[in-house]
Amino acid sequence: MSGSDRPADTADLVRLTAAQTAAAIAAGDVSAVEVAEAHLDRIAAVDDKVHAFLHVDRDGALAQAKRVDAGEVRGPLAGVPLALKDVIVTKGVPTTAGSRILEGWRPPYDATIVDRMRAAGIVVLGKTNMDEFAMGSSTEHSAYGPTHNPWDLGRTPGGSGGGSSAAVASYQAPLGIGTDTGGSIRQPAAVTGTVGAKPTYGGVSRYGLIAFSSSLDQAGPCARTVLDAALLHAVIGGHDPLDSTSIDAPVPDIVTAARSAEVVGLRIGVVSQFKGDGYQPGVLARFDEAVAALEKLGAEIVEVSCPHFDYALPAYYLIAPSEASSNLARYDAMRYGLRVGDDGAAGAEEVMAATRDAGFGDEVKRRIILGTYALSAGYYDAYYGQAQKVRTLIARDFAAAFEQVDVLVSPTTPTTAFSLGERVDDPMAMYLADLCTIPSNLYGGPALSVPCGLSPDDGLPVGFQVMAPVQADERMYRVAAAVEVALGTDRILEGAPTL
Amino acid sequence: MTTTTPATSFGPNSYEGTLERYDAVLGLETHVELGTATKLFCGCSTVFGAEPNTQVCPVCLGLPGSLPVTNAKAIDYTVRIGLALNCSIASWCRFARKNYFYPDMPKNYQVSQYDEPLCVDGYLDVPVPGRAETYRVLIERVHLEEDTGKSLHVGGATGRIHGATHSLVDYNRAGIPLVEIVTRPLVGTGPDAAAIARAYVTELRDLLRGLGVSDVRMEQGSLRCDVNVSLMPRGSSEFGTRSETKNVNSLRSVERAVRFEVERQGAVLDAGDRVVQETRHFHEDSGTTSSGRSKEEAQDYRYFPEPDLVPLAPDAAWVEQLRAELPEPPGAQRARFAEANGFATLDIEQMTNAGVLDLVAETIAAGAPPAKARGWWLGYLVGRANEAGVEASELAITAAQVARISALEDDGTLTNKLARQVADAVIAGEGEPDAVIDAHGWKVAGEDELVAAVDAAIAGQPDAAEKVRGGNQGAVGPLVGAVMKATGGSADAKRARELILERLTG
Repeated sequence: MSGSDRPADTADLVRLTAAQTAAAIAAGDVSAVEVAEAHLDRIAAVDDKVHAFLHVDRDGALAQAKRVDAGEVRGPLAGVPLALKDVIVTKGVPTTAGSRILEGWRPPYDATIVDRMRAAGIVVLGKTNMDEFAMGSSTEHSAYGPTHNPWDLGRTPGGSGGGSSAAVASYQAPLGIGTDTGGSIRQPAAVTGTVGAKPTYGGVSRYGLIAFSSSLDQAGPCARTVLDAALLHAVIGGHDPLDSTSIDAPVPDIVTAARSAEVVGLRIGVVSQFKGDGYQPGVLARFDEAVAALEKLGAEIVEVSCPHFDYALPAYYLIAPSEASSNLARYDAMRYGLRVGDDGAAGAEEVMAATRDAGFGDEVKRRIILGTYALSAGYYDAYYGQAQKVRTLIARDFAAAFEQVDVLVSPTTPTTAFSLGERVDDPMAMYLADLCTIPSNLYGGPALSVPCGLSPDDGLPVGFQVMAPVQADERMYRVAAAVEVALGTDRILEGAPTL
Repeated sequence: MTTTTPATSFGPNSYEGTLERYDAVLGLETHVELGTATKLFCGCSTVFGAEPNTQVCPVCLGLPGSLPVTNAKAIDYTVRIGLALNCSIASWCRFARKNYFYPDMPKNYQVSQYDEPLCVDGYLDVPVPGRAETYRVLIERVHLEEDTGKSLHVGGATGRIHGATHSLVDYNRAGIPLVEIVTRPLVGTGPDAAAIARAYVTELRDLLRGLGVSDVRMEQGSLRCDVNVSLMPRGSSEFGTRSETKNVNSLRSVERAVRFEVERQGAVLDAGDRVVQETRHFHEDSGTTSSGRSKEEAQDYRYFPEPDLVPLAPDAAWVEQLRAELPEPPGAQRARFAEANGFATLDIEQMTNAGVLDLVAETIAAGAPPAKARGWWLGYLVGRANEAGVEASELAITAAQVARISALEDDGTLTNKLARQVADAVIAGEGEPDAVIDAHGWKVAGEDELVAAVDAAIAGQPDAAEKVRGGNQGAVGPLVGAVMKATGGSADAKRARELILERLTG
């Protein structure tokens, strides 16, 4: 970056993409500490409105930035700030998973992806808000209050990773980490006008990701551009011996794919199940335009039916709560976190019960009860067992589809951002926000959301979802990059109101 | 036949009497802590006896975000056990989560195996004292799971949770690999139910030790048994309601627990009551069991496949390689041992039954002649163990110490009586044999001391001396007694007798 391109003041530093930021630091145009301070200042200026962060780690961020400036770490994202979803454990830094039950807990270890980001010189600014234990689609189920959508502070930023997406959308960080169990990276990306990718299951280590549903959870990148997402994905991805379910193979060449926008001859399948009733007309309009743009770029468009996708939501709401009911059993006041009712007379079981009653919110309790029921003797076959069969059928739908096409596409979520309070008391309405994102989690393949414009009916961002076969993550980056280039949506946030 | 169980009356409510009217059906679930250097799902040490909560990490503490990675050695050991027990090895199976809340379980679920065990359908042929034929125990399954932590309940009288004021938890044990070996119901045991239960656990222990997969120390809990017992009227084929006696931690206790449950359940059934299906606790001191939690309301463990672990798929060629590496089974090992040391089958049976076969072998290895080694254990130390109410292996004396004492006896340094005194002193914790001898000044009286004592005895008992002179050899006894008394028992009685006869008749 030459002198004339140098940002006029530090306020402009926060508007750079991750790739630009890293390049500026590497060129010596700006220091990593200056970049970190600019973002910390931005957080101080706007986050009381957005409430993206639960904890800002100023000291840790500046210490890491100094290491970058001292030349101790290099790499394509060295010195780039990042907002970390509070479901990823960080040594010595509070980690709550959005729950009261973990309030005050400072983990004694770092997640694998935290180690990898530190080694890559990424500067973690702090921990971001989320629905409690990643259960929700609006970030309203956080025990620490909701996050607001930077496009309209009266609306939700989606969820569960609303904090990371809102932070990225409001220029508090160019990068974020989310986790996606049924859409928790992609749906917030869609409604905040940002990019969010769920890698292939097993493509990114889960060691240190506080489990919601082990067979579905996957960490992934949040960013303002497809390239930035790919760069971050490349840093955190790859085999981890600490995670048995981690894939022992190289990460697909996603960065090259994101730099290319080449879709000539690519066969793109439009999922016929994801349209019609319940879909906001403006969302479908923008989606159709994006499909038309891809066709114009030389892609071949095919309509593909995935009949079992209709059963994905109910199957998901048996499998995920079943695993959650077991994963969340460890929060019992015995070793860490909240402890309630330990008056010296109460037995361990009473303390456990009182703590869990006080420490978990309603949505978490709802899912624990649901999952406990689904795994119970006499009901297991009808619920958990049946859901696993549906999961197999959905995977077969994907397999059959990928014999015809290279990727599948759909709207990321049926509507644009909904208002705070609108669905919080209506679980079914809330669950529908993940209608289009859940199939990829059940299948295990990668999926990504890229902005495809603003809905004409409300002026809010619309997300375009690209789903690819297992371990073909590069395909979704290629298609997403084409959408971004064709529609110019890497600049969509310029249309957001000034905070 | 068993030397370790106190004799009971042979009345109608005795164990023997009960088994004349009822058939016992047994089930044994044996938990074996594997001897891997590290835990099942993390790299923490498994060494026994460390300071509480020093061998822990995020994984075995179940901290949020942590994930298990299976220890390949534990799979290897489990497959070896399955093969040695003649099981089929699954070509594909999964771990499962067993969900229940307990403070010593870090995740409030235990990673175990449920409907897909690693090894199934095997058997173990067990030699039973007094039976010409071995008894074939059918093995239903062998599976791998993680151990829990250990609770210490403080402030109560019993050490159990009931009545305790607080509890301490040590997670060092949490995550240690545990193999569970489950038998099919043992039927047709007739009057030998308790003996067969003990013989099975003994044989299993020897087999596991031979495999080198566990140190199988029952007193440290690395081998522990749950004993299921039910009774049905003689000739019936419909099993009765069973009790499950937990954590029976010695061979002797296995036998006693079966005996007690047979007697108890017989009395319940005779009174026209029904046996309650429940967990029971075994009390080492009294040899009795008492009611634990009732299992009438069966706990629902909500098993489901562990999603954090990939399925196990042992490679067939690897399994065959392990099969080829199996060591000699305990029966063949015993036959070879008998042959090498000139023992008869009955000797082996007696030593096995008394639980001293390994101790005898170790004593021989430490240099003692086989007959002496056998004599020391069977002829003396087993009796001491019985008096103390412990297993011979739990006596505080090592095979090497026994061999040393035996050698000192053989070279005339100690009389047999002194040698036993030395053994007792070693067991009492007084130190090594040589140190004990020095401390007490125990040694065979020297010739000079002996001659002086003999002269003093003759002078002191002129009447007895006269009788001996007169040819009454039976009168020599009191004189020898006086010599022994004068030398504090350290005299060689045979030599004293020779000297007295020399003096009076020579």
